[in-house]
Amino acid sequence: MKLTVEGLNSHYGPAHILFDIGFEVGEGEVVALLGRNGAGKSTTFRSIVGLVAQRSGRIMFEGKDVSARPTHEIVREGLGYVPEERRIFTDLTVEENLEVGRQPKRPNAPHWTRDKLFALFPNLGEMKNRPGGRMSGGEQQMLTIARTLMGNPSLVLLDEPSEGLSPKIVEQMVDAILTMKKEGVSIVVSEQNLHFARLISDRAYIIERGRICFGGTMAELDARPDIRDAHLSL
Amino acid sequence: MAFYVVQFLTGLASAASLFLVASGLSIIFGVTRIVNFAHGAFYMIGAYIAFTLTERLSGAFGFWGGIVAAALAVALIGVIVEMVLLRRIYHAPELFQLLATFGLTLMVEDLVVLVWGPDDLVGRRAPGFKGAVDFFGQNIPSYDLFLIVLGPVVLGILWLLFQRTRWGVLVRAATQDRDMVAALGVNQKWLFTSVFAVGVFLAALGGALQIPRDAVHHAMDLRIIVEVFVVVVIGGLGSIVGAFVAAVLVSELNAFGILIFPKISIILVFLVMAVVLIVRPWGLFGRPEAPARKTPGLTVNPWRPLTSNERLAALAALVIAATLPLFAGNYALTVGSEIAIFVIFAVSLHFLMSVGGLASFGHAAYFGLGAYGIAFLAKMAGLPMIVCLLLGPLLGCMGAAVFGFFAVQLSGVYFAMLTLAFAQIVWSIAFQWVSVTGGDNGILGVWPSSWAASPSHFYWLALGVATLVTVALRVMVFSPFGYALRATRDSLLRSEAIGIDAKRIQWTAFVIAGTTAGIGGALFAYLKGSVFPDNLGISLSVDALVMVLLGGVETVSGAVIGAIVYKALNIWLVSQTDLSKLVLGGFIVLIVVVFPKGIVGMLEMLAQRRRKSSPPGSPLLAKPIESAE
Repeated sequence: MKLTVEGLNSHYGPAHILFDIGFEVGEGEVVALLGRNGAGKSTTFRSIVGLVAQRSGRIMFEGKDVSARPTHEIVREGLGYVPEERRIFTDLTVEENLEVGRQPKRPNAPHWTRDKLFALFPNLGEMKNRPGGRMSGGEQQMLTIARTLMGNPSLVLLDEPSEGLSPKIVEQMVDAILTMKKEGVSIVVSEQNLHFARLISDRAYIIERGRICFGGTMAELDARPDIRDAHLSL
Repeated sequence: MAFYVVQFLTGLASAASLFLVASGLSIIFGVTRIVNFAHGAFYMIGAYIAFTLTERLSGAFGFWGGIVAAALAVALIGVIVEMVLLRRIYHAPELFQLLATFGLTLMVEDLVVLVWGPDDLVGRRAPGFKGAVDFFGQNIPSYDLFLIVLGPVVLGILWLLFQRTRWGVLVRAATQDRDMVAALGVNQKWLFTSVFAVGVFLAALGGALQIPRDAVHHAMDLRIIVEVFVVVVIGGLGSIVGAFVAAVLVSELNAFGILIFPKISIILVFLVMAVVLIVRPWGLFGRPEAPARKTPGLTVNPWRPLTSNERLAALAALVIAATLPLFAGNYALTVGSEIAIFVIFAVSLHFLMSVGGLASFGHAAYFGLGAYGIAFLAKMAGLPMIVCLLLGPLLGCMGAAVFGFFAVQLSGVYFAMLTLAFAQIVWSIAFQWVSVTGGDNGILGVWPSSWAASPSHFYWLALGVATLVTVALRVMVFSPFGYALRATRDSLLRSEAIGIDAKRIQWTAFVIAGTTAGIGGALFAYLKGSVFPDNLGISLSVDALVMVLLGGVETVSGAVIGAIVYKALNIWLVSQTDLSKLVLGGFIVLIVVVFPKGIVGMLEMLAQRRRKSSPPGSPLLAKPIESAE
């Protein structure tokens, strides 16, 4: 398995947010983490990369236990993270944003260069020197993904990549994610939008109130409309 | 005309060092969010080490090499400080960070005296820049011309460093979003350490470059840090260009202010700062901060009024205190009066800082203004004591009203820096305006009337006033005004959303705290029979902060306990050692790192743990109570 999460519990102050989260991602697989707003998708991702201080459980990445490691070490193992709120550096230009994400080549992961990324996201190539703060939401979303890819990750956690984007940009996003998959990057994508998830994912988990309540292939999910309707707003 | 040009050039030359130190402070703040009070101390060590090195080494290479080596050595000290101390407190509330670096400053002040002695040291002239250039009959030291060129050169180098290197890009990214930088695989620890090293290097270089111009002495840290605070407040924290422009502005104002108001030139700088703060509270080149995290911040247990048992205990303690004159001698009574006065001072700061969330680093200004108020009224107007005691604190009240108006426009570290700068301005006026305040000689012969003259009577008076003030402030904490004030502390935006005029509430709190401090100062003037500029100095402001911190910032009664313990310890310590600043500074650092909750906070924690462990009870029930705040 590429990534295995077992018994993950997280707290913000006195509030218990995640309860025994567990899921797996295989080599080269795209897995969707589906759930409503506030179900715990973002917290799951933040806990995996160590941005939530109070967490317990086991996170195995490429056979190594990374659950007690600091954020930058987890990321340097090749586990990339694309946050939901985009969080690009607004004062930095496109090229500088990419520079922050740059990490050395990794033997078991595709190697991304600036030019390769500008080919994947042509819009970015046209605004290399524009500050991040003066880009549209869609362009910012592309920049966050490109920035994480500069670290040559073998697995990427993508937090709600389609949120707030126009249908045309969403299409580009689907293409980009499929290209990443073709290059050999494993992906966990959190989504509220089942339609979007269906276009890119092999398997899906459903999270509700901090607990995983379903796991299976997309076909198995389609065979259970009761679960789908109970936990996802369509 | 030539004279004015020369004056202008002198100002520019002074700006160079100021810019170096201020840009270092700004860079460190940008990434670590720590306002490094110890920056002035690093500047001073830079000057001292450079003095020694340039004395030992000979020739031009020896001089310039010595300057750079001194800055590098101090940068190394900075790295050690960062790794040993700052790494432990990056997540602490900003008040603790300010205090810890302040404690460091105090330690350094005593250490340099230990190593280099108390006398001013005059350094070597810079080889190659010993002469002066003639400008229409006026002399300009050629070293000044060198500094004038150096400022923009350093600005250019810093610009290249931040725009053209990977390190610079990472630093700029971290200035905006530290977590995201870590989430992209950058080791923040080393980024922070390197940033701190660069910032300290700049400060030390600024100090080292001063030695051909100025004597090196052990008070230069406070002088520069106040100017640097003014510079970064005007220029905007975090902006290097802002630091440069503001350093030039402040230096020119100083250079020409001397011509216009020779006695109180600093007033001019203050006026400009006030205007900038009104127009752009975040400085000329800064940008507005997102609503800052709250200052005391850690409150977990909601405050409650005293239970009837606790009230009885407090009353009993008061009765015991009141019987002191029955068995204690005159010296003990004088110490007792002094402690009572400092209780007044500490509870007034506690009110502002813990209840209002406004950590003032210049609270002594209002204490001292109260004392000077008394001295003016008693000495010049010859009013009787009772009238003086009623009117004297009004000077503290007025000072707090004026400065508080500006200060509450800001919050967090800006607030702390501004209050410190105001206090230092008041101190300079008291120090420089000799014809009115007597300058360093102070005003002597302020004695109480005969009804309060005996030590026991004065002690009862001080104790009575301290009790009244403490009770009044406590009642206020649990009054609607207190609720509103605490609401602005916990969330400015939400309190405004429910219709609280936050700025006005905070201003009112500032004035109340300032007036109360003035009452303490008024009594202090009578106790000592004299008033000196030290009564409004920085070290007194820090004393007050330490008292509150020692008692426990998050408690309601901490200030009283803290004042008693600290003042008693302090009086004892000063009688025992010459290195009281070293011990005090070490003590502050220790409290911040080891006992951040203070004495009363510790006791409460222990009591709570006992309460929790003794009745097994239902853990489910205990939980919601704890999270009620």
